[in-house]
Amino acid sequence: MNFSIFLLALFDGVAYAALVFIVALGLTLIFGVMRILNVAHGSLYAIGAYTTVSLVGYFLALGFAPAFAFPLMIVSAILVGIVIGAPLEYFLLRRIYQKSEVLQLLVTFAVFMILEDVQRLVWGTQPYFNSSALQVLGNVTVFGVTYTAYQLILLPLIAVVLLLGMRFFLRHTIIGKLITATTEDREAAQSIGIDADRVFLFTFVIGAVLAGLGGALASPTTSILPGMGADMIVLSFAVVATAGLGQIEGAALTALMIGLGRSFAVYLYPEISVLVPYLIMVLVLLVRPEGLFGSPAARKI
Amino acid sequence: MTEVLLETRNLTIKFGGITAADNVSLTINAGKNLAIIGPNGAGKTTFLNICTGWLKPSKGQVLFEGRDITPLPPRKIVDRGVARAFQIPQLFTEHTALENLLIAASARQKRRNPLVDMHAIPERTEMLHLLDMVGCADVADVLVVELPEGQRKLIDIAVALALKPRLLLMDEPTSGVASSEKHAIMEILIGALKEANVTSVFVEHDMGIVEKYADEVAVWNSGNVQLRGTPAEILEHPDVIRDVIGEVV
Amino acid sequence: MPTGTQSSKPSNKVNARMTSPLSWLWIVGIAVIIAVPFLVPSMQLLVNFAMAKGLAVLGVTVLLRAGQVSFGHALYFGIAAYAGAFLMTSMPATDFFVILIVGVLGAIVAGLFVGLFVVRYRGIFFGMLNLAFSMIFWSILEKFYHLTGGADGLRFTRPTVFGQALDHVQFNMVLYYSVLVLVVALGWFTHRWFASPVGQLFQTIKTNETRLEYLGISPKRALLSGYLLSAALCGVGGVMMGMAQGVVTPEYVWWVRSAEMVFIAVLGGAGSVQGAFLGALIYEVVRTYASVYAGDIWQMILGGFLLIIILFAPGGLIGILESAFKRDTTKPSAKTGDRK
Repeated sequence: MNFSIFLLALFDGVAYAALVFIVALGLTLIFGVMRILNVAHGSLYAIGAYTTVSLVGYFLALGFAPAFAFPLMIVSAILVGIVIGAPLEYFLLRRIYQKSEVLQLLVTFAVFMILEDVQRLVWGTQPYFNSSALQVLGNVTVFGVTYTAYQLILLPLIAVVLLLGMRFFLRHTIIGKLITATTEDREAAQSIGIDADRVFLFTFVIGAVLAGLGGALASPTTSILPGMGADMIVLSFAVVATAGLGQIEGAALTALMIGLGRSFAVYLYPEISVLVPYLIMVLVLLVRPEGLFGSPAARKI
Repeated sequence: MTEVLLETRNLTIKFGGITAADNVSLTINAGKNLAIIGPNGAGKTTFLNICTGWLKPSKGQVLFEGRDITPLPPRKIVDRGVARAFQIPQLFTEHTALENLLIAASARQKRRNPLVDMHAIPERTEMLHLLDMVGCADVADVLVVELPEGQRKLIDIAVALALKPRLLLMDEPTSGVASSEKHAIMEILIGALKEANVTSVFVEHDMGIVEKYADEVAVWNSGNVQLRGTPAEILEHPDVIRDVIGEVV
Repeated sequence: MPTGTQSSKPSNKVNARMTSPLSWLWIVGIAVIIAVPFLVPSMQLLVNFAMAKGLAVLGVTVLLRAGQVSFGHALYFGIAAYAGAFLMTSMPATDFFVILIVGVLGAIVAGLFVGLFVVRYRGIFFGMLNLAFSMIFWSILEKFYHLTGGADGLRFTRPTVFGQALDHVQFNMVLYYSVLVLVVALGWFTHRWFASPVGQLFQTIKTNETRLEYLGISPKRALLSGYLLSAALCGVGGVMMGMAQGVVTPEYVWWVRSAEMVFIAVLGGAGSVQGAFLGALIYEVVRTYASVYAGDIWQMILGGFLLIIILFAPGGLIGILESAFKRDTTKPSAKTGDRK
């Protein structure tokens, strides 16, 4: 493997990892706080992508500058969070908090199935593609290898900002501390007056926004097809499980591992590139069942 | 004949900054029922957890019948003859009281035939008798999830007894039981234990129970056994009156 | 199997281990299925498929009794089918029963390997790790074209039966009634297994593993024993399906298959042996006829149904039937240990 190929694989991996991390961040946040694995998270990602492409296509046709794609991405993400995420939590998830883990999983899985067909109904099965955002930022050349600035610089930058921002938010803002308190002990938090229902709603919406944002940010880089939601949920679950459910910083690391692993496999052993995320997850969990950074749940008796 | 049944040597465990067990060396003799008393949160349950393999100590050993059991998981320790009843009863909530006992008996007998109905195993009569002994015969066919705490505690004890252990560890056996029934239950329980040759260790807060049913009492405070003796000696001891009895609800 | 007598205990705390009012369902069901090739021959293949799927769903049901759901059990469905197909391609005159046994063995061996790993997990991890393994296998099936036929799969040629080569129609009849026999035999066995000491210990994983450990039993080993049974059941379903379809493709282990099995299990009545087969039958019938009209929103319908069942009828179809036929005031909790 010569140096240019190596760099290409590296850049691919980092860009990919950034996207996966943004989605995984939402997933692990929801799990950490609400102990629900949102299988529909992948659908939220896909809908974020579809929505962005639709909006961008619409506004560009009206004559807006391509750079308008960026604010539209944020709009899409927020739409996903509020239009889909909020009602989902409020009307559906709220009813199943008392139920067993298995049933909760099946409920979010059912939502996933429904949303997959919703995508098909609204947007059809043909691929969508709009790379105007990529073109706005142009290319950079690093060590003789040319890559889009969007993927090489903007995406990782956003991922890092979100990571640090989330840390800061959870530790140093009031709302963040309320979330952390509710995560650690829901009953105790309620007994001191925290409205756990609202905390859950808020957390879920944030998680959904992050999923939508991941999709929005991914939309210029790839053609949008049915099934991208399914791919993403498995991938982001692999990232989250390998790190340890609820581990935010760890998810950044495992996203990088899995992103790089996959992209190098594409260049070196393309046959197994699809397997890489699963293999990494299985190998890590073989050695550390609770994930790289997770703590083994000690049962109290 | 004093056979040492369970022995701990220099048992120490720390959680963060708290030393829940501090160099505890304790022997439990066969045939002598030991009550462990002491303030809440002093580490009594933790001690039971270590003795049954649920937690591993940072230092020290636990020996049962003279053999080191420190590294063993709970199921292997149970296999050797130690059974446990918990502070919060650990039962199979979607099974009935009787089924819980039948399951325990099946586990003990290592029954493997996949075509036999569990309700038809030969131990059924014995399990009904056990259930009757703890006063729960009338709820034999009731799901545990529908039973009140007091009955669950008693069934928890019955489940432990179903294992026919040599040593039975009980964590607050009568808490949750109606006070009018506490003595009656303990009377039957201790009688049955003696008959079956089971030694018991029980953590207890009710000094009336301790006085009547314990052969020996150990006072647990600040991570170790501070005093040990007969109920008469211990319950009159000034330190105990000050630190333990005065605090008992 | 118990006859349909009702217990006369008035207390609503008696558990539902008393005989189910649906014992007649087995009898009616079997009679109907026996009659189908003569009365409605056009549905023979469909019912065959339904029974094979039902067996696989029964595998998922076993795990549900321990409170676990596997999103990757199509792995065993596929491995058994491929094992059978491989054997047929390498030894064309193999007998039907040999194929069946080899297929099931393949599933059990795979179940052992994967099982040893996944029994360390519960809940979400258990579900998704099973999924991961099935998708790894799927990738292998797709990529290694020269061995597995890739996306086109392998042809599953017709085996001999007791040394006789049969024609298309005869073989399908044999297959149909063999599956029925397997359904009855394995359904009965699983039902007995659930009620046996081993099966009951297995089911305690759902409610209290701590206590299980403190009874001297390894929860992992208990879960593994049920896991192997579930893999074997899925395997039987898979190899029978392969023979009925005449071809096996990687789609046999695709995640949608696994999801379908879970859906049917919940539809029928999570944890119910009867539910697995009733659910499979209804699912196949609805799917075949609805795909014509609602192909585009099939997943949405499934998802919607799944939600409705979980929220409003957690006992599934069997639960609904049981409530409809209940005569005394006892309310069988949907979660009681012994279901038919």
